[in-house]
Amino acid sequence: MFYRENGQFKTSYRKDQQIFAIAQDRWVVLALIAFAFVGVPYLADEYMFRAILVPFLILALAALGVNILVGYCGQISLGSGAFMAVGAYMAYNTYVRIEGMPVILALLAGGVFATLVGIFFGIPSLRVKGLYLAVATLAAQFFCDWAFSRISWFTNNSSSGSVAVSDFQILGWVIDSPVDKYLFALSFLVVFGLLAKNLVRSAIGREWMAIRDMDVAAAVIGIRPVYAKLSAFAVSSFIVGVAGGLWGFVHLGSWEPAAFSIDRSFQLLFMVIIGGMGSIMGSFFGAAFIVVLPIFLNQFLPTVGAVFGVEISTALVSHVEYMIFGALIVWFLIAEPHGLAKLWSIAKQKLRLWPFPH
Amino acid sequence: MAFFLEALFGGLMAGMLYSLVALGFVLIFKASGVFNFAQGAMVLFAALAMARFSEWVPGWLGLESKFLGNLLAFVLAAGVMFMLAWLIERLVLRHLVNQEGVTLLMATLGITYFLDGLGQTIFGSAIYKIDVGMPKEPVFLFESVFPGGVLISLEDVYAACIAALLVVVLSLFFQKTSTGRALRAVADDHQAAQSIGIPLNRIWVIVWFVAGITALVAGIIWGSKLGVQFSLTTVALRALPVIILGGLTSVPGAIIGGLIIGVGEKLSEVYLGPYVGGGIEIWFAYMLALVFLLFRPQGLFGEKIIDRV
Repeated sequence: MFYRENGQFKTSYRKDQQIFAIAQDRWVVLALIAFAFVGVPYLADEYMFRAILVPFLILALAALGVNILVGYCGQISLGSGAFMAVGAYMAYNTYVRIEGMPVILALLAGGVFATLVGIFFGIPSLRVKGLYLAVATLAAQFFCDWAFSRISWFTNNSSSGSVAVSDFQILGWVIDSPVDKYLFALSFLVVFGLLAKNLVRSAIGREWMAIRDMDVAAAVIGIRPVYAKLSAFAVSSFIVGVAGGLWGFVHLGSWEPAAFSIDRSFQLLFMVIIGGMGSIMGSFFGAAFIVVLPIFLNQFLPTVGAVFGVEISTALVSHVEYMIFGALIVWFLIAEPHGLAKLWSIAKQKLRLWPFPH
Repeated sequence: MAFFLEALFGGLMAGMLYSLVALGFVLIFKASGVFNFAQGAMVLFAALAMARFSEWVPGWLGLESKFLGNLLAFVLAAGVMFMLAWLIERLVLRHLVNQEGVTLLMATLGITYFLDGLGQTIFGSAIYKIDVGMPKEPVFLFESVFPGGVLISLEDVYAACIAALLVVVLSLFFQKTSTGRALRAVADDHQAAQSIGIPLNRIWVIVWFVAGITALVAGIIWGSKLGVQFSLTTVALRALPVIILGGLTSVPGAIIGGLIIGVGEKLSEVYLGPYVGGGIEIWFAYMLALVFLLFRPQGLFGEKIIDRV
C-alpha cells in the first residue's frame, strides 16, 4: 500500500533508466540526504558527531568500496586496510609536499595511488581465486603495514612515525569543528554513493556480477575476465583509498600505521557480510551496525552486569564484543547470506502488499 | 659461518612452529575443503586452556607433582578442543555444507573472532606461562669446528623432537588405522566416501579434533618459549603463506614450506634487513607466497589440478 509502483508510467527512456526508478525510493533518498545535511547538524551533539556519525560515514564509504570488490565482483579481499593506508598516506604526502594543494585534490590523489596499489595486488586474481586470493591480499596488508612504519619518506621524515593534518580548508571554509567534518565526510559519501549505485547497474557492474556468479560462463558470453576483475579492484581500491584519506584527515587528524591494521580489513569485511554482499544499501547498514554495536555494548553491558551484581570490566566488554561479532558473522552466513539489506528488501515487499496479503 | 648456522637454526625452529600450525590447516582443508582461518585462534585457545588448567588443576586436586598436573591439564585441554570441534561441526559446518569455499572461509573468520573473545573471557587475557619442564639452558655445538661453536637452545631441540614425534604419530594414524583410512577417503572424494557409508559429519568432528590437538601441541611449544599471549594469533597467520608455498593439500608440503619460510625469513632479516630498514620478517613470507601464486599457484607439492581462472 505504501510502496507501490502502480500508476508510475515511464514515458521516456530517460525516465525508465533513472537511478531510483520508483518514486517512493526517490523521495525517501532525497529526504534522507536533505535530513542528513540540514536536520542532523541541529539535532546531534558533539559526542554524536565525533564518536558515531563521522566514523560511520567514512567507514560506510570504505565498506562501499569493499562491497564492490567482494560483494559485486566476488573477489575476496583481506587487504582493504592496506588500501585505506595507501590512500591516507599518499593524500598526506601530496597535501604536504605540494604547496597550495587543495585538500579535495589531495584526497582524490590518495585514491589514485590506492588504485595503482590495488591493481598491482589484484594481478594474482587473474590466476587464482577465492582462498588463494585472500592470501595474496594479506600480502598487501602486511607489506603496507611495514612500508608505512619503516620507510620514513611516507611519513615526511617525522621522528615519531605518526603524521598529522590539521586546519585544512576548502575555498576559505576551515574544517575543524565536528559539524564541518561531518558535512565534509557526508558530501563525499553522497557523491560516491550515487556514483557507485549508478556504476553497479551499468555495463561494467553487470560484468562484475557475471564474473562473480560464474566466471567461465561470463567469459563464454564475451566478458573479459582480466578487464572486469582489475576494474573491480581499481574502483574498489579508489573508493577505499579516498575513505582512508578521509579517515586520516577528518576523523583521526593524526595517525600511525596501526590505524589501518589487519583488524581494519576484517572490520570492513564484516561490515560487508553483515550489511549484505552485493548491495550498496547493505554497506551503510553494515557500517552503522559495526560502529554502533561496540558503543552500545560499552553502555549496556556494565548496566546489565550491575543488575546481576557482576562487575564488568572494559576488557571483558571488548572480549564479549569479539564473541558477538564472530557469532553474528556465522549466524548471518548461515541464516541470511544477503545480510541486513535482504531484511530491508523483505520489509519493502511487505510494505507493498500490506494490508492486503495478495 | 657460525653466525650463519645460528641464524639457520633459529629459522628452522621458527619454521617448525609454522609447520605445526600449517599442518592443522592442511588436515582440515583436505578433509572438508574448508580453508580454516581459525587455526591461529585455535592455537591461542588451546594454549590458553593448557596454561590455565596447569595452574588450576593442582589447586583443585591438591596435587604436588608438576608432571601429573601438566598431564591432567593436557588431557583437559584436549577435551576442550574436542568439545570445540564437536560444536563447530554441529553449529557451523553442518549448516554450510556445499557452500562456496569463500563463504566457508568467512565463516571461519567468524569462528576466529568468537574464539579470540571466548578464550580471553574464560581464561583471562594476561600473559601466561606454560612450564612443561623443557630445559632452558643453551648448548654449544661444533665447538671443535668453529671458534666459540654454534649457540642453540636445548629447548628448541626438544621442541623439534616433539614436533617430529607428532608428525610420525599423525602419519601412523592416517596410514594404519581404519579411522585414518576413512579420513583419507573423505579427503580424496567426498561423495564416493559418503556412498560407501563413511559418515561425513563424524569425520569432520574427528579431523577438527586432530587439528585441535596439533594446535594444542603448537600452542604448548610456543607458549613455553614465548608465553601465551594474544599476539600468538598474528604469528599464526604466517602459516597461510606456508601452505600456499607447500601446497594446500600436502602434509609434507606444510612441513617443508614451514621450514623454508622460517629459514628464509630469518636469513633475509639478518642479511637483507639492514639495507631496507629492518622488519622485513613481517612481510617476507607473504611476498614469497605472492610470487608463488603468480607463477606456481599449486605450491611446491600441491595437486596439479587447481581451480585456475
